[in-house]
Amino acid sequence: MLHNKTYTKSFIALTIVLVLCFFVNISLGSVSIPFNEVFKSLTGGLTANPSWQYIIQDYRLPKAFTAIIVGSGLGISGLLMQTLFRNPLAGPFVLGITSGASLGVALVIMGASIFSGILGMFLISKWSLVIAASIGSFLVLLTVLIVSTRVRDTMAILIIGLMFGSITTAVVSVLSYFSSMEQLQQYIFWGFGSLGNLSWQELAIMFLIYSLGVLLSVLSVKALNTLLLGENYAKSLGLNIKKSRLLIIITTSLLAGTITAFAGPIAFIGLAVPHITRQIFITSNHKILLPAVFLLGAIIMLICDSIAQLPSTDYTLPINAITSLFGAPVVIWLLVRKRKMLF
Amino acid sequence: MLFGYWLEKEKCYFNLYEILKLVTEKQQHIVLRTENLSIGYVSKKEETIVASNINMSLYEGELVGLVGANGIGKSTLLRTLSNVQNPLKGAVYINDKNIKTYQPLDLAKVMSLVLTEPIASKNLTIFELVALGRQPYTNWIGSISENDLLEINKALELTNIQDLKHKKCFELSDGQLQKALIARALAQDTNLIILDEPTTHLDIYHKAYILKLLQKLAKETNRTILYSSHEIDLSIQLCDKMIVMTKDYVETETPCSLISNGAFNTLFPKDLISFDKKSGNFRVKK
Repeated sequence: MLHNKTYTKSFIALTIVLVLCFFVNISLGSVSIPFNEVFKSLTGGLTANPSWQYIIQDYRLPKAFTAIIVGSGLGISGLLMQTLFRNPLAGPFVLGITSGASLGVALVIMGASIFSGILGMFLISKWSLVIAASIGSFLVLLTVLIVSTRVRDTMAILIIGLMFGSITTAVVSVLSYFSSMEQLQQYIFWGFGSLGNLSWQELAIMFLIYSLGVLLSVLSVKALNTLLLGENYAKSLGLNIKKSRLLIIITTSLLAGTITAFAGPIAFIGLAVPHITRQIFITSNHKILLPAVFLLGAIIMLICDSIAQLPSTDYTLPINAITSLFGAPVVIWLLVRKRKMLF
Repeated sequence: MLFGYWLEKEKCYFNLYEILKLVTEKQQHIVLRTENLSIGYVSKKEETIVASNINMSLYEGELVGLVGANGIGKSTLLRTLSNVQNPLKGAVYINDKNIKTYQPLDLAKVMSLVLTEPIASKNLTIFELVALGRQPYTNWIGSISENDLLEINKALELTNIQDLKHKKCFELSDGQLQKALIARALAQDTNLIILDEPTTHLDIYHKAYILKLLQKLAKETNRTILYSSHEIDLSIQLCDKMIVMTKDYVETETPCSLISNGAFNTLFPKDLISFDKKSGNFRVKK
């Protein structure tokens, strides 16, 4: 049995690990910068080499913050979906939020020129991608939600999510058949996911929506805990199911939609982080799980990003590949070791 | 056999005495009342009436068993009484207030449920499970207050599962889990507890144990406990009142008067089994 005291210890430990990962993440990269210089730059001092200063403050620092936002945000939205649908396989990716975002982006990148010529070219900016991804993910989630009220079977909802994935792939292949090499490449690169390339301004906007999402997720903690009993019990406890469900879905689409919009479809994190957290904290209480998922998501994303940098080489691997390559074995190992699938 | 008959008779006298006491004492509080209730389903074209003209009054502190054949509509009745589905006609009153006029949170403070469906997460500890019963009373994030803790411990104590409180639900046997679910309903601190088939999947000992526990809870906490069950013989021995559902009528009476007016004989088709008045059991025809 775990007492609250043990939780406090774990939280302190995780926070320390997070800070460590943050510094390690910033000190690693294709250009090797000595650790004391990194520290100097972060504390406001001048580095020996001015370009180091630039690399750290305008590239690595926003990237590290993005990693924290992406990891924690996707982890939280995965947790919300798993509890709402009472299915350990749920996550933003499985339920088609990411597919929706991809479809939105594909339509803007590849469809714009087909449909509207010059106007289309004008549309392709960072912001139009962000907006398209947000709208796409929200619409898909809404559809899944409406369907979920009709079919009671949660497995059916997952299959519907997968179907949306198939529809997206189909539409994207039709679009790519008609689009140019450059457009195709732009779409594929978006699909790799990327934590870099965000300016401080973009980061600020992402952070704003993300904060709103996190705030809403904190507000839905009580509802989430009640939903652990199942919907009928939750109803008998006076929970307004429709309102709570809407709140949880809006929260998820804000978090996952925004993150996918700015950083591309990041696979795996949303599904795995809640499981890793449950295995470590051995609880289903969202008052513990939510902050734990936040910390672990951020830590795992920072580690993945550090690996993706291939330290001291000029190559950067797609973050999407790393999250799965690194994360999937971790989940398998945890499940094999503990033997018990906790949910 | 003779002994069983004597027991039944004794019980009948005892119940008569109870009724007399009821009449002479000043009128007890009615917790659940239905008025010309019709239950069933409405589909696009027509309504399917499962049962109609149901009138019952359940008083505080009563243990009430709902019996009937499979598919006769016990669950439909319980769903209607617990506001999960709407009545076709008539109304359900809890504490003399129409169930439809309750706010969800207020209803949660007068009626709690134990359902047949398993809880979604078996990763909860028993304490957490019972603590969730306090949700209607807790603040926005669900913090447990001193008073909540008191109620939770009381519920754990009444159901005799204090030793299990740090166990996870997946570690429990069916009987233990049923007790935990009853404790959760107790912690909700309501006048009325409705249980849908609380004895399924249990062995004969635990069936008796759970029903005996419900009887004790009804007496000790003065709550009205309504449950549906196929344990007719056990229910006859333990209930204050029983609701018998057949195709033609729904009757609410004391077990004794139900036996004497032959209500149990009409429960099932007569080709295979028949009710033996003396022993209060069903017998297979040879």
